Amino acid sequence: MAKLILSMDGLVLKEFTLTKERTTIGRKPHNDIQIDNLAVSGEHAVIVTILNDSFLEDLGSTNGTLVNGQPVKKHFLQNNDMVELGKYKLKYISEAPAQSKAADFEKTMVLRPGAIKVPTAAPAMHAAPAAAAPPAAAAAPAARAFPDTLPAAMGATTQQPAVRVPPPPPAAPQKTGALQILSGGNAGRELELTKPLTTLGKPGVQVAVITRRPQGYFITHVEGASLPVVNGKTLDAQAHPLHDHDVVELAGVKMEFFFKA
Amino acid sequence: MSLAQALEIASATDPGMVRSHNEDSIASDADTGLLVLADGMGGYNAGEVASGIATTVLTTELQQLLVQKPPHTIEQASGKAVAERILREQIAKANTSIYQAAQSQPQYAGMGTTLVVALFYDNKMAVAHIGDSRLYRLRGEVFEQITKDHSLLQEQIDSGLITKEQASQSANKNLVTRALGIDPAVEAEIHEYNTRVGDIYLLCSDGLCDMVSDEDIGMALQTLGANLPLCAQHLVQTANDNGGRDNVSVILVRVQREYRAPRGVLARLFGWLR
Repeated sequence: MAKLILSMDGLVLKEFTLTKERTTIGRKPHNDIQIDNLAVSGEHAVIVTILNDSFLEDLGSTNGTLVNGQPVKKHFLQNNDMVELGKYKLKYISEAPAQSKAADFEKTMVLRPGAIKVPTAAPAMHAAPAAAAPPAAAAAPAARAFPDTLPAAMGATTQQPAVRVPPPPPAAPQKTGALQILSGGNAGRELELTKPLTTLGKPGVQVAVITRRPQGYFITHVEGASLPVVNGKTLDAQAHPLHDHDVVELAGVKMEFFFKA
Repeated sequence: MSLAQALEIASATDPGMVRSHNEDSIASDADTGLLVLADGMGGYNAGEVASGIATTVLTTELQQLLVQKPPHTIEQASGKAVAERILREQIAKANTSIYQAAQSQPQYAGMGTTLVVALFYDNKMAVAHIGDSRLYRLRGEVFEQITKDHSLLQEQIDSGLITKEQASQSANKNLVTRALGIDPAVEAEIHEYNTRVGDIYLLCSDGLCDMVSDEDIGMALQTLGANLPLCAQHLVQTANDNGGRDNVSVILVRVQREYRAPRGVLARLFGWLR
């Protein structure tokens, strides 16, 4: 369950858990999160929560809403986002399920129609008279709260590191490999291997591919009657790891593999 | 008419780096031009049971039906090819089988599976899908997703709530809105496409597209298209290199040559009489 931590001038004032589908923020007392300060509009903003995702929408407030320093109209909240209303700050913390539970959590599940409750139209209309409320499908309840796309939120989220994206494999920062051509017309040319896949050779005659993986670089035969040769040894169909200063021979051309400093 | 000469097929399936067992199930038959991929879900080994029933029912039943009646024949009642009707009927049958098994045996309660089926015939391809298993196409330089997921995320994208870029960060990736075997009836989404010589089609479970970006998948198909088994293996490996948090399954098909159904005067006459 995600929560918001309200603070001002570095002082934590209160903590709110996002249990409701719509959590309203504003100066007036009927708001779920009331901030009694004149810089905050009566109905300032709303947070719509759908399962594990929360979306912030500014309700046309006088002084605006900032997320991580950027003014936003609508924003897909990410863990540790800092929402600012006047001098008040709301930190969004999305409590990701513990790692041990994560595997179970990620299993595909079926969402039956009606599993998500459609938010009642009344508070939406009351809080955001500007927002049109067309009848939305049961499975897309937030459509009415966010009738258009999120151009403002785009800029802000792209700057944010993708918090929920699976962490990169635990590999040390990898050195970039490169090939230097030793024979033939292009002798002396150098080719940096930055892409995950680099093909070598002539299509239809002989092609090999060098794959860049967290464990290092590998060369694999793709097509053609003859197989690539590494350090004088002909490879089989399996991927072969490449080491610094290995010499690869392919379609009559010799090249040296090395790691760039 | 056998399509074995026209279609080259390669596939790979792997439990991934985290899961102990593989709940995906795949089947392919170049002769009849039929490919089935199912990604099961449900406790213990029920997911495997559901996806297994789906592939078994669909391959055995469809193979029989395809021999009896050519899939390209246009039916008078609907004005559509036979292929679409038999796909719809057999998917409904598989749904019933899984649903009944789940109802009758407590350990299978709640099991279900996503599904993507491709049936090639007469220079065409019928694609049926349910849930978030996908079909992609590489035609020339263009790599695109053909099926549209039945998932909460896709509905959010469609309603303009989030963009495709934001979707990759969503925590709701794993929620499908349609699955086989969960309810007494389910509707499969079926479309027909024209194929071209040189096209490469990819059927995959969400274990691939959640771990590997569409861009990288497209690049793999373009660079390794000449060697489909290697390409399939590479895709699974990339998913595992990126974390491999789910079972990964891929089926690749390349259209090698035209496979227009024979249409003599007699064959046409039979078509009318039926």
